[in-house]
Amino acid sequence: MEHIVIIGNGISGITAARHIRKNSDKQITVISAESDYFFSRTALMYVYMGHMKWDHLKPYEDWFWEKNRIALKNAIVSKVSPENNLLTFSDGETMSYDILIIASGSSYNKFGWPGQDLLGVQGMVTKQDLELLEENTKTCKKAVIVGGGLIGSELAEMLSTRNIPVTFLVRESSFWNGVLPEGESEIINKHIKEHHIDLRLNSSLREILSDENGRARAVIIEETGEEIACDLVGLTAGVSPNISFLKDSGINLGRGVKVNRSLQTNFENIFAIGDCAEQHEAIDERRPIEAVWYTGRMMGEVVAQTICGNPMEYKPGHWFNSAKFFDIEYQTYGWVFAKPREGEAHFHWQHTDAKKCITINYAENNGKFIGINTFGIRMRHEVFDKWLTEERSVEFVIAHLKQANFDPEFYDTYENEIKKAFQNHQPVAQ
Amino acid sequence: MSLTGDTSNSLNSSQKLASFLGLAGLFILVLSNFNLNFPHRSLWLLFSLSAIGIGIIWFAQATYSNKTEGIKNDGVWFKSISARGLLAWITALSLTGFYIVLYFYPQFLGLNAEGENTGIVAFFDPLSRLLSGNPASQWFVYGTLYTIAIFSFGIKFIWKYRHNRYERLRTFSVMFFQLGFAFLIPEFMQRLNTENFSLPYYDLKNIWPLNYYNFEQYRVDDFISAGDIGIAMLIFGVISIFVITPILTYKFGKRWYCSWVCGCGGLAETAGDSFRHLSDKSQSAWEIERWVVHSVVVFVVLMTTAVIYSYLREDGKYWLNRNTFLIGVAVLLTAVFALVMIFKKNEFKKDAKFGAVGYLAIILSLIGFHYFSGNGNVFLFEAEKLRVFYGFLIGAIFSGVIGTGFYPIFGSRVWCRFGCPMAAILGFQQRLFSRFRITTNGGQCISCGNCSTYCEMGIDVRAYAQKGENIVRSSCVGCGICSAVCPRGVLKLENDTMDGRINANEILLGNDVNLMDLLNQKQN
Repeated sequence: MEHIVIIGNGISGITAARHIRKNSDKQITVISAESDYFFSRTALMYVYMGHMKWDHLKPYEDWFWEKNRIALKNAIVSKVSPENNLLTFSDGETMSYDILIIASGSSYNKFGWPGQDLLGVQGMVTKQDLELLEENTKTCKKAVIVGGGLIGSELAEMLSTRNIPVTFLVRESSFWNGVLPEGESEIINKHIKEHHIDLRLNSSLREILSDENGRARAVIIEETGEEIACDLVGLTAGVSPNISFLKDSGINLGRGVKVNRSLQTNFENIFAIGDCAEQHEAIDERRPIEAVWYTGRMMGEVVAQTICGNPMEYKPGHWFNSAKFFDIEYQTYGWVFAKPREGEAHFHWQHTDAKKCITINYAENNGKFIGINTFGIRMRHEVFDKWLTEERSVEFVIAHLKQANFDPEFYDTYENEIKKAFQNHQPVAQ
Repeated sequence: MSLTGDTSNSLNSSQKLASFLGLAGLFILVLSNFNLNFPHRSLWLLFSLSAIGIGIIWFAQATYSNKTEGIKNDGVWFKSISARGLLAWITALSLTGFYIVLYFYPQFLGLNAEGENTGIVAFFDPLSRLLSGNPASQWFVYGTLYTIAIFSFGIKFIWKYRHNRYERLRTFSVMFFQLGFAFLIPEFMQRLNTENFSLPYYDLKNIWPLNYYNFEQYRVDDFISAGDIGIAMLIFGVISIFVITPILTYKFGKRWYCSWVCGCGGLAETAGDSFRHLSDKSQSAWEIERWVVHSVVVFVVLMTTAVIYSYLREDGKYWLNRNTFLIGVAVLLTAVFALVMIFKKNEFKKDAKFGAVGYLAIILSLIGFHYFSGNGNVFLFEAEKLRVFYGFLIGAIFSGVIGTGFYPIFGSRVWCRFGCPMAAILGFQQRLFSRFRITTNGGQCISCGNCSTYCEMGIDVRAYAQKGENIVRSSCVGCGICSAVCPRGVLKLENDTMDGRINANEILLGNDVNLMDLLNQKQN
């Protein structure tokens, strides 16, 4: 029987395992040193905030794996030897495979800042990071977070629920404005400050200072030279693939594990999926490395088909995503860029409470709908997916926006207001 | 702001004062039960009840008013009261003790059927006389406290979910039905009673089989002897379950009752809100739930059938006699069963089918026995004994002592989930003949588990959402909290067409269109 070995029990690896089991009788082993059982990484924050307990993070009960004959192994892979299809674990033990799926995920970036390895300096990606954060915040009086993105905002929210004052260093001139259009970024700036977070824009990290015990005691801001005392430094400036264990394996590596459209590496029986996989060329407007929950899941779905004799390329459909910044939910369907590109224009509507807004990106010449961002209003994935496929116009989308509304029943609706704003709208060209 | 990291457990000073006020009110009630001689009893009663209500509302204000609108479940699993800590156990044991006294030893509360009440029941006499003109009973004490709980914790709930109009409206609704239908109207109805006109105590929204005693002989006699009003109420009781309920459940799902109208649901949603996350989400709990709750349905149907049968005549002056009644029950059950088997065979899972066949056989055979046993005997039991047993086991122990007493340990909907026959019947219909569902938003789910954690009915919502599948479950009471706590806008409660309501797909929206077509069609 073919032995499929999967390195990593995150959403990508586990989805692959589940779908291979659905479609075949192959022997499956999933290896992880992070946790015994699959858990939802996106929900780590809720354990720290006391919304959930660790067990709630597990989407499947513990008996599920044995029942579905998916063997789980808690170990660290230190070496992969493709020439003889062998894994070596950190304790020297080995395991052979017929097909290997690398789904090793990613960890937080350290950009060579002085002091980045001090005690009290950490990221927030893994189960171990969560445990370390509990430890580090037992006596924490003040925290500094470096890097403005989703994880940074989540870490700020986590710490604020424990009444720890947070200074949030964001390199950009406005929160996440490399991704979000100005009006949206502005809403998040305000909302973060509303939660008593000391948000510092245009501020990057110069160095982290140590006390006599090798523990972080302060950071220095590059732009101003200001020293901010703190006993916790959160590093949340993005993530990078976990590939150090593959260094001398002969598997082609870039920033991640290089894969073709079938998610195959330069070895026929080795695949890579999820955060650690890097496409040779980016697909559509997507990035070569997609560190997103659902793309990991989709790659797992695809690779399982290929392995079970139904060769498939990874062809993701229309881009979508979502996030939550403190109390404000964000959803996106299709493409909306921070600034409209050549030949594109934005229509932006904002509610007077400055907590809800939408931005629609469309083609200037023919009005083709390209994408929508929404804050504080839920939208229907299915409807936007359909409209994008049908290449609807921005006028059509505005006229039928009601169909796409996904807010709970009895909520105020803003379609009419949005319609009116659109009629008065002057295209914001680039 | 404290200087240490973990302060989520500690109360702020307003919360402390509010707790003190509420407990002071409660303490006065306890004192009254020791027959402390309060001068100006009505004033003390007013003070005590206000202190409890205001204490709760003040606490809510101190908890939520300084926070931004949104989901604030911070520290839920750190607090002793909401994480099965010492406070939770103390509360559970006190509540359980209270229920045991209430149901089985009302004399310890001062109830005196022969003469003047004493204790806490006497303490409530002034209010009872004001409303109905009669002295209080232990049930009046309970009803008053119950109403205050729904009201003040309802305000707390509204504060907590002030950004969510569905939750606000739903809570106004349960507060209205509790205050009006469960509390005031029945009390005022007592005022209409004279020596030769007497209506039974009737909470009109309390529908059989939840109201398992509604068709007992003494009540039916009362209804009939009260003339047109009484007959109208009796007919209302019958059409409530056989006409109104099916129509509303078809249109809106069982939520129209369980989380908008029902008193048990009302308490669970308000006072019980702090415990909703304690429900058991395991598959084994679901298995137990289905067996237990459906057994209660069988039990209540048998018991009610037997009770009505026992007071009907062999031939009698009405068309409704023992024979026509039994035939009616058998025809009704068979018709329901046949309809399901004809139209919904596929949606009826294998084990449910076995269960249904088994239960139907039992019911029909018992009715068969009935023909042979006669004299009010069902099989081996006397109808009355069956009723008393049901009242003790289900009405008192299950719904009260365990159902509410153990809120802080098992969560707020134990009774609704495992025991309520009304919920089971509505759920059966919701699963098979209703437009209600919780729609899952394409591929947006990130499996975080907030929905499952905060589902008071113990439904593993995430299991469906992460497959992109709509949630169509008989137990769902439509409280809407899964949708509220979802950080990614994945869930929406809605009423839509029956087509495509259940949408099991192998691959979620967002992946390769060809792959989705290939796999999702293969399945259908």
